[in-house]
Amino acid sequence: MRSKIMTGAAFLAVAALALTGCSADADGTAAGGLSIDVPDIAMLEELGEMESEVNIVAWSGFVEPAWTDGFTAETGCTVNRRVAGTSDEMVQLMRTGDYDIVSASGDASLRLIAGGDVQPINLDLVPNFGDDIVEGMKGQIYDTINGKSYGVPIGRGANILQYNSDVVTEEPTSWDVAWEADSPYAGQIIAYDAPIYIADAAVYLMAHEPDLGITNPYALDQTQLDAAIDLLQQQNKIVSEYWADPAAQITSFAGGTSALGTSWEILRKLTDDDKFKSVLPEEGSTGWSDAWMIAAESKSPNCAYAWVDYTSEAEVNGAIATNFGMAPANAAFCETSDEAAAHCEYFNATDEEYFSNVWFWTTPIEQCIDGRTDVTCTNFQQWTDAWLSVKG
Amino acid sequence: MNRRAQLSALLALPMLWLIGIYIFSLVMLLVTAFWVTDPFTSKVKPGFTLRNFEQIIANPAYASTSIRTLGIALAVTVLSILISVPLGIFMAKVASPKLRAILAVAITLPLWAGYLVKILAMRITFTEEGFFNSMLGPLGISGPGFSIVTVVLTLTYLWLPYMAVPVYTAIRQLPPNLFDASSDLGAGAGFTIRTVVLPLIKPAIIAGSIFTFSLSLGDYIAAKFVGGSTQMIGSIIASNINLNPPIAAAFSLVPIAFVVIYLVSVQRTGALERM
Repeated sequence: MRSKIMTGAAFLAVAALALTGCSADADGTAAGGLSIDVPDIAMLEELGEMESEVNIVAWSGFVEPAWTDGFTAETGCTVNRRVAGTSDEMVQLMRTGDYDIVSASGDASLRLIAGGDVQPINLDLVPNFGDDIVEGMKGQIYDTINGKSYGVPIGRGANILQYNSDVVTEEPTSWDVAWEADSPYAGQIIAYDAPIYIADAAVYLMAHEPDLGITNPYALDQTQLDAAIDLLQQQNKIVSEYWADPAAQITSFAGGTSALGTSWEILRKLTDDDKFKSVLPEEGSTGWSDAWMIAAESKSPNCAYAWVDYTSEAEVNGAIATNFGMAPANAAFCETSDEAAAHCEYFNATDEEYFSNVWFWTTPIEQCIDGRTDVTCTNFQQWTDAWLSVKG
Repeated sequence: MNRRAQLSALLALPMLWLIGIYIFSLVMLLVTAFWVTDPFTSKVKPGFTLRNFEQIIANPAYASTSIRTLGIALAVTVLSILISVPLGIFMAKVASPKLRAILAVAITLPLWAGYLVKILAMRITFTEEGFFNSMLGPLGISGPGFSIVTVVLTLTYLWLPYMAVPVYTAIRQLPPNLFDASSDLGAGAGFTIRTVVLPLIKPAIIAGSIFTFSLSLGDYIAAKFVGGSTQMIGSIIASNINLNPPIAAAFSLVPIAFVVIYLVSVQRTGALERM
């Protein structure tokens, strides 16, 4: 649903730019489409000599010797990895100017683009970004702004509802068991610990309180944000704990403290016990989608482009997706082996219908990304402040 | 003259450390509290605003979290004193030398393990199917789960050595003839502890309490791993540190204020001079 709206918006923006004949203008000429003021940063026109190294900020599991060794052998670029634990940390690290590439999630990418920390990507120089990139990851708002591409997709996943089938004997179809005060599992519910979790409340309100008029969980005006916070405060009373650390989430389920709550497919798999099951409830859910972005002032742009291209290749992209436990961006991987096909099947890699119910993390900004112009939406800093009042 | 040169050479390194790194970074922290953050890119810009402090006062979440954290820190300190004093008296005055050595090792043993290892150990102890519940479950007792109580117990576990060691050392140094004199004058054990031991070890208790109190005020990892939905001052600072460093800096003045108030009130009792 949303991906259709966004594809439409991106299309409109491109069309408007083409009509007005300005190729890379950022002052917002897109009719009806979303356009944001971003610093004008030049795009690399052609590749040159490889530098000697490339510095990457990535999620744990994205940059491993199993495929960086091949890259170094092929290009001569040594890979230096820095693992970051949160999106906020990634944004902060990119601001130091010490890194060439970041594996940004949607809640970080708009901030990086608007902050002038990353440069537009010339997709012609990334031949492996081809037709095989899954439909739902092309031209998304979190990496394509004003018709310019800033990110090359790596993979995606949904924030699912995981439950312990010993306790929750009937498969839940709705998130209501995690949000309503009279939930039969009160006191055994685990929730995600980050301001972006406000969007999960908004997704629930979208389905259950249509009067609020929420059409995109990342475009909340003050009234809608207040309603989401009220819902989160209601949940706070029935929560057993909040998780931000994946290991803590696994021990919470395995140790019996939590019986139900927000999870990722990979975490459910890691519990290594069939009694833990998962479902994407009828309201849909939030999710995350990661993309490689190149630093605005990268010291090694050629190695950076080479890395982005290398990791977009089916086998390598698949290796990252398998290692991290997510749906790969390159669908060609799914046909490389039976094992790969099983992985794609398990993570719904090419199932756009599955992901059409998933609202990928996007930085909330003042400009309403649902297209409303009569109100000001709440920004991420307001979300952070609001989030603190949930746990009061 | 030569003596003066020697003296400055001796002091150069510590002064460089104290002023160059220690004081400078603290001042930078305080200055940042008056700076502004771009709401969209969360980039920090120098400037002057009191808005960060206004926000801390206006947002009820900050106030309630401050009070909760203060309560936790005080509870940890009181609990540490209640454990350390009897333990210290037993070790110094009752236990055999061999038992005393074993207890001394046992008290300092937690210092050997890493901080995170200890927190995770407590986490495993207090899960629903963990050690606590499986040991006491048959007696019909169920554990506190992940809650404020567990945070207090965990922090007490973490910081107890910092209280127990100075208290034990102070009690060991008490001359045995004070106890004899007290008993000759007809005082019971309880009366002796109250009127002889406690006043003499007060400086040690206060020294220990400064550790347990200020370390608890600054902690947030315990709240994260064993607190369930408990939020402490450190949790708020940690969640703002990347997004809004100025407000994190402003809020970090709250625990500093608590410690200063504590030190001033302790100083009034004259205990600091004897430390």
